[in-house]
Amino acid sequence: MEKTWNNKAWFMVLPVLVLVAFSAVIPLMTVVNYSVQDTFGNNEFFWAGTDWFMDVLESDRFWDALTRNLIFSAIILAIEIPLGIVIALNMPKKGIGVPICLVLMALPLLIPWNVVGTIWQVFGRVDIGLLGRTLAALGINYNYVQNPIDAWVTLIVMDVWHWTSLVVLLCYAGLVSIPDAYYQAAKIDGASRWSVFRYIQLPKMKRVLLIAFLLRFMDSFMIYTEPFVVTGGGPGNSTTFLSIDLVKMAIGQFDLGPAAALSIIYFLIILLLSWIFYTVMTTSDAQG
Amino acid sequence: MMTNKQPLTQRLSWLVPTIYIVFLLLPIYWLVNMSFKETSEILSTFSLWPQNPTLRNYTVIFTDPSWYSGYINSITYVVLNTLISVTVALPAAYAFSRYRFLGDKHLFFWLLTNRMAPPAVFALPFFQLYSAFGLIDTHIAVAIAHCLFNVPLAVWILEGFMSGVPKEIDETAYIDGYSFPRFFVKIFVPLIASGIGVAAFFCFMFSWVELLIARTLTTTDAKPIAATMTRTVSASGLDWGVLAAAGVLTIIPGALVIYFVRNYIAKGFALGRV
Repeated sequence: MEKTWNNKAWFMVLPVLVLVAFSAVIPLMTVVNYSVQDTFGNNEFFWAGTDWFMDVLESDRFWDALTRNLIFSAIILAIEIPLGIVIALNMPKKGIGVPICLVLMALPLLIPWNVVGTIWQVFGRVDIGLLGRTLAALGINYNYVQNPIDAWVTLIVMDVWHWTSLVVLLCYAGLVSIPDAYYQAAKIDGASRWSVFRYIQLPKMKRVLLIAFLLRFMDSFMIYTEPFVVTGGGPGNSTTFLSIDLVKMAIGQFDLGPAAALSIIYFLIILLLSWIFYTVMTTSDAQG
Repeated sequence: MMTNKQPLTQRLSWLVPTIYIVFLLLPIYWLVNMSFKETSEILSTFSLWPQNPTLRNYTVIFTDPSWYSGYINSITYVVLNTLISVTVALPAAYAFSRYRFLGDKHLFFWLLTNRMAPPAVFALPFFQLYSAFGLIDTHIAVAIAHCLFNVPLAVWILEGFMSGVPKEIDETAYIDGYSFPRFFVKIFVPLIASGIGVAAFFCFMFSWVELLIARTLTTTDAKPIAATMTRTVSASGLDWGVLAAAGVLTIIPGALVIYFVRNYIAKGFALGRV
């Protein structure tokens, strides 16, 4: 659509600007402020330069948490995106099944995150949980409280349970927007199921898939509440992701300087990775 | 032969969503199951359905103000946040969809970056900022804080819907003598009603499920139900039955909202941008 040049449009954007500035810019400035200063209490601050940043970047704690976060996001994306596509392709297209599927699938998305954690914490418990009891009955030694691998599996299954529906809903929306004429044309040409997917459905889903990928990446990279409730970052530090580490540092130990420096590094990593994914995926779109 | 192959895979295709939905519902069922049991029964016997169904857990929640006020608090700030987010996002989305102005692209991108900000980063500065304004433990504080991620989202969704409305409609209305506010309220808003519904749905959803910021900004008067759950569990020595009942009750508002917008979800996803 042709847009007219009109600087008065700023007035329409102003409320958003003021509101977001209040909830984003001011807090962010506080963080920046803390990240370059040190204090001995009494609200007396002095300049610390980039010391905190060096501290964070040189600590194993940061790199370990970052690695765990990256592995977690990678596994989540590798499972949820293909699974979401497969489920969306097999959803009913019309009839009573559509609203039933949509409502039931959207259900996990609207459960508060700590309740999601509670649900899985209970579900996986060996003494009172259905999953834990079933696995124990099958002779599988499963205990997410003590075994790091079990803890990871639990968190991944939980996240798949929690968020695959978002991918499904997005893909489904992309699929229903394809006009019937496309399928009829494909049928006349004798196209196989695979080529229908490859040349009609996948291109049409590209935009929603980009959104799904970015949202899932950002949210899995920021994950806090669910693992905090289920494992509390343990056993040991095996499920301590960046957010958990950060909150521990800022509110638990009140190490404002390092916590602020970590905050900024964390935010920059998310921005950078999101920007890279976005650029790579949109340029490949333009070529294809 | 060729016609035989296609229907077979199609006939079995309902299995995929069905298995997935069973996987989704099992843990929820387990929670519901537990919520109708006494804690002693939960701990002593293992059964797929309650042996002695009881409403005790729900009675505890509905008679204790420290429990049910949590629901009222949560719903209050979620509704406030949805109203604020959609109201301020409407004119901004209109500006982005219709006009070019100085720094528009940068502004749009900057707004979206706020969606990427980890709440953990903001927890501490939010606490200090809202303390300075004396807003700690008020509903409005949480509502405004949640605007951090909901306003950008609402702008993004609404902009997508508004771009789908032809510009000729605006121009025709002006020629017919409509002033801008009248045109916006009388003609434009009804045209993108489903978009507003979708945006409101997502604002409601993300505000309802968020806990870290909501918990940081509240102590007693505006404490969300989700936070009440964590506290009571640690204090009362794990009353699993009440915990499960509280969990079930937090699922209900979301389920109701989904039910009302069920016909718009797919459409909204396709037309809008989320």
